[in-house]
Amino acid sequence: MTDTLFSQDPDSTREASSADGVVDISDVMQKVAEHKGCGTEGGSGKASCGSSAGPADMPPEIWEKVKNHPCYSEEAHHHYARMHVAVAPACNIQCNYCNRKYDCANESRPGVVSERLTPEQASKKVLAVASTIPQMTVLGIAGPGDPLANPQKTFETFRLISEVAPDIKLCLSTNGLALPDWVDEIAKYKVDHVTITINMVDPEVGQHIYPWIFWENKRLQGYEAAKILTERQLLGLEMLTERGILAKINSVMIPGINDAHLVEVNKAVKSRGAFLHNIMPLISAPEHGTVFGLNGQRGPSAQELKALQDACEGDMNMMRHCRQCRADAVGLLGEDRSAEFTTEKIMAMDIEYDAEGRKAYQQAVEGERQAKVAAKASELDGLEKAGDISVLVAVATKGHGIINEHFGHAKEFQVYELNAKGAKFVGHRRVDLYCQGGYGEEDALDTVIAAINDCHAVFVAKIGGCPKADLEAAGVEPVDQYAHEYIEQSALVWFKDYLGKIERGEIVHQQRGDAAIRQGALLSQAG
Amino acid sequence: MAYKIVASQCTNCTACEALCPNMAISEAKGTFVIDPALCTECIGHFEDPQCVAICPVDDTCVLDASVPRYQPA
Repeated sequence: MTDTLFSQDPDSTREASSADGVVDISDVMQKVAEHKGCGTEGGSGKASCGSSAGPADMPPEIWEKVKNHPCYSEEAHHHYARMHVAVAPACNIQCNYCNRKYDCANESRPGVVSERLTPEQASKKVLAVASTIPQMTVLGIAGPGDPLANPQKTFETFRLISEVAPDIKLCLSTNGLALPDWVDEIAKYKVDHVTITINMVDPEVGQHIYPWIFWENKRLQGYEAAKILTERQLLGLEMLTERGILAKINSVMIPGINDAHLVEVNKAVKSRGAFLHNIMPLISAPEHGTVFGLNGQRGPSAQELKALQDACEGDMNMMRHCRQCRADAVGLLGEDRSAEFTTEKIMAMDIEYDAEGRKAYQQAVEGERQAKVAAKASELDGLEKAGDISVLVAVATKGHGIINEHFGHAKEFQVYELNAKGAKFVGHRRVDLYCQGGYGEEDALDTVIAAINDCHAVFVAKIGGCPKADLEAAGVEPVDQYAHEYIEQSALVWFKDYLGKIERGEIVHQQRGDAAIRQGALLSQAG
Repeated sequence: MAYKIVASQCTNCTACEALCPNMAISEAKGTFVIDPALCTECIGHFEDPQCVAICPVDDTCVLDASVPRYQPA
């Protein structure tokens, strides 16, 4: 199946598109691969081409596209915010991890929204958010259905927003079934970033994920449905690559169904020029009412997810900072401020779009960001003594790349891997608010410990005496001496100290166990 | 008979509205409804009733037994 598509005559792809200036796809793909410093042969440039790559690692035109996009650049996600507008409720396929009946303001995961908007309301909402949050640089349409199953609403929204706020980057996230039909329209509205959710490239696997698709006025099921879906997804990806539109691939890791297969998916999308691959854990709980939730299909553990992401990283850029957000999310990736911008509140707002003010704010952010990168670089010397030792640390942060959150207030912990090569962001763990109203609850603390159980230390701005003792008992060292300092720089200083203690025989390095990926609701309003 | 939408199950996803060949589907009181006078069960248009085929919730677009079957002219 993959091979058939893979060896597809480039001319047939070209025929499917009508844009002028279409170029040879294999040339473009090779060029994209070279741009990333990850030649199709794999190898040498790879270490520098993670999604945390900076301006030195990619050509200026690509850097320009990703530098302010929190979803396409791990480094940008600490500083820049995004918003989704829920203008696209209809969908043209059914996925076993999705249940459209479910809608809860306190729930944070894809496909969930509190209200749907008209394109006009969406445009007003974007202005309201842009005026309130100057670091909001990206507007995405991600459902709650499929943007391209609602093409009129989607493109009308893009048109309105590009008129009133031309500095905002536009992106969309699709299942890919209708993508080949709309690629030229996407290019016309200067949508720079398109995400396709691709969970399989083999219909044998796909039939266990997709019960049906709606195709040419019919509901198709099983193998036949999955075969059309994968063909359309990969054709759409190739057409995006031909036009120089950056494509990110989202894949849901479903243990026992597509976990091993995702390595093959990774190869298939990389060979077609995808810029970034985002493997996300399945979110599955009986109360969500999804097929997978009801039949007991489990999600992966933190270690399983990281092992798969690491295995694919040999081949291409991996995204590890995805928060699997709502289709109406607003704010930095780790936060959700959508409740501040309900239609009712927006209509009452006096909005003035201050393009100059936004620019000035973003320039200040840029300065902050460069200081952070310099701080990290300053601590790279002396790491060689780490040898094969690699540890994970958890960090409580409110953003900006700084350790600036109280342990008890953290809604999530960011996880960094420290080894001889430096500090690298490798993921995050959602936790329910452990501290509500100033007192800790023992059960909640257990949840936090389970979520960061694979970490050697947790960096916080502040922590109380009781949780400190419990963390120590669980083998996770609470570290509060780097409050309000840069994450990576502090982590590397701590790591070198840790290595020093090993060298002096004060401690023995031990591996940590696995950790849990939280499946329940993220309470966006609490605290 | 015409098709009808079980209001308690409708998610308001709008998918059926655009597909109906008879423009029989519209939003009313926070959910979607089918006008039985306009519904032709898609006979003469498509093999399958489009609202049934696209609806994300099973058994939500169902035949309405209270009206007679559509008779193509």
